[in-house]
Amino acid sequence: MKLKLILFALVTLGLLSYGLYMALVVAPTEATMGDVQRIFYYHVPSAWTAFLCFLINALASIWYLVKRTERSDAIAVSSAEVGVVFCTIVLLTGPIWARPVWGIWWTWDARLTSTLVLWLIYVAYLMLRRFSASGRAPVIAAALAVFGFFDVPFVYLSIRIFRTQHPQPVIAGGEGSGLDPTMAKAFLWNMIAFTVYGLLVMWLRYRLELAERSVEEAHAEKSMQEGA
Amino acid sequence: MKAPGLLAVTRATLAKDLRLEWRSKDAINSMLFFSLLVVVIFSFAFDPTAEVSRKIAGGLVWVAMLFATIMALNQTWARELRNNVMDAYRVSPAPPNAMFLAKTIGSFIFVTILELLMTPLFVMFYNLRSIGPVWQLVVIALLATWALVVNGTFFAVISIHTRSREIMLPLILFPISIPAILAMVSATTLVLTGEYSPLFWMQLLAVYDVVFTTVCLVLFEIVLNAE
Repeated sequence: MKLKLILFALVTLGLLSYGLYMALVVAPTEATMGDVQRIFYYHVPSAWTAFLCFLINALASIWYLVKRTERSDAIAVSSAEVGVVFCTIVLLTGPIWARPVWGIWWTWDARLTSTLVLWLIYVAYLMLRRFSASGRAPVIAAALAVFGFFDVPFVYLSIRIFRTQHPQPVIAGGEGSGLDPTMAKAFLWNMIAFTVYGLLVMWLRYRLELAERSVEEAHAEKSMQEGA
Repeated sequence: MKAPGLLAVTRATLAKDLRLEWRSKDAINSMLFFSLLVVVIFSFAFDPTAEVSRKIAGGLVWVAMLFATIMALNQTWARELRNNVMDAYRVSPAPPNAMFLAKTIGSFIFVTILELLMTPLFVMFYNLRSIGPVWQLVVIALLATWALVVNGTFFAVISIHTRSREIMLPLILFPISIPAILAMVSATTLVLTGEYSPLFWMQLLAVYDVVFTTVCLVLFEIVLNAE
């Protein structure tokens, strides 16, 4: 277990370093945006990792409601927390890029708004967990995750229609179109690196959660024995 | 012994809640006074003239209703906590969804009454006159109220078991309700200004209602028995 973890961490470190090298050194500077465009190699992979975490959370929550296994709940907690962290990175790196390129920090564009709403839903999820009694938390949190899961299509659809009816003056440069091959390569490496990184952190958090629970159980058992 | 049917229990619970409310008028009075305050405060915040108010009224109305609904929802389950009604309900053979439906329909009735009472006030204070057909507003109000109340009732039963229960409800209800709020506000504004057809938003609300009513009914028993 320990060896696997170290290997996993080393691979992640290697991938992240290579991704960093590709993004900062190898990839050419973007013609109009300049160096600030390089944030894109972190912004998009973070977004992808966040969405992956939220998907894992939804699946683990449904699994928990069906099977009630301790492990699926631990997966749900860790994926939600890691997802919120990556989603926060997305919401922070976005404005840093947008300010010089669009001239504004934020616009209520469909993609930005839906990401923000998703972030809000998962922060609510974490708060609910924090505020509820430990015995009840897994079930009600899983229920909320199911609501969030069904909410995502509505969020996306409603915000897209809302914005197309009231078009915004900004939004330049669809990154997907005509990406330089070196840029695409750097982007791809960072996608892989961030996915692996996200999985690593999630795994660590998952192990921590399981450890915390067994400590709690031991405490409860001990106090019961002392009481008797 | 035969277990009582869903409809019978729903009707009995609903009748009990309505009778309690009829005698005390706690929920409706506090909601009414609260939304009146919101109307007055908003008029200071936005200084509405007839043209402007038509564009922002959709938002104003629904924000006021949203907060008032939260007040009603927080009260719905609190009463049942006091005498351990929830525990009694859990061990009884009555179908769990009956209780959920009764509470949801009860809140739906209260909020609808509130809307009926508040509409003249909004019209008066903000000089509103709808350009689009008024019957659409009625349909939107019914769909939107159900959307708020069905998820709200569900999340209220979740939040009464948390610390700081009154605060928890909006914290989980608002994020999930964002698409519905967007739909109700946009639809109302579109009817008032008469610019486009609100049909898309009405459909979205209807689908939202159906989907989340189903989710609530499927999950309610699980949440009620969570321990």
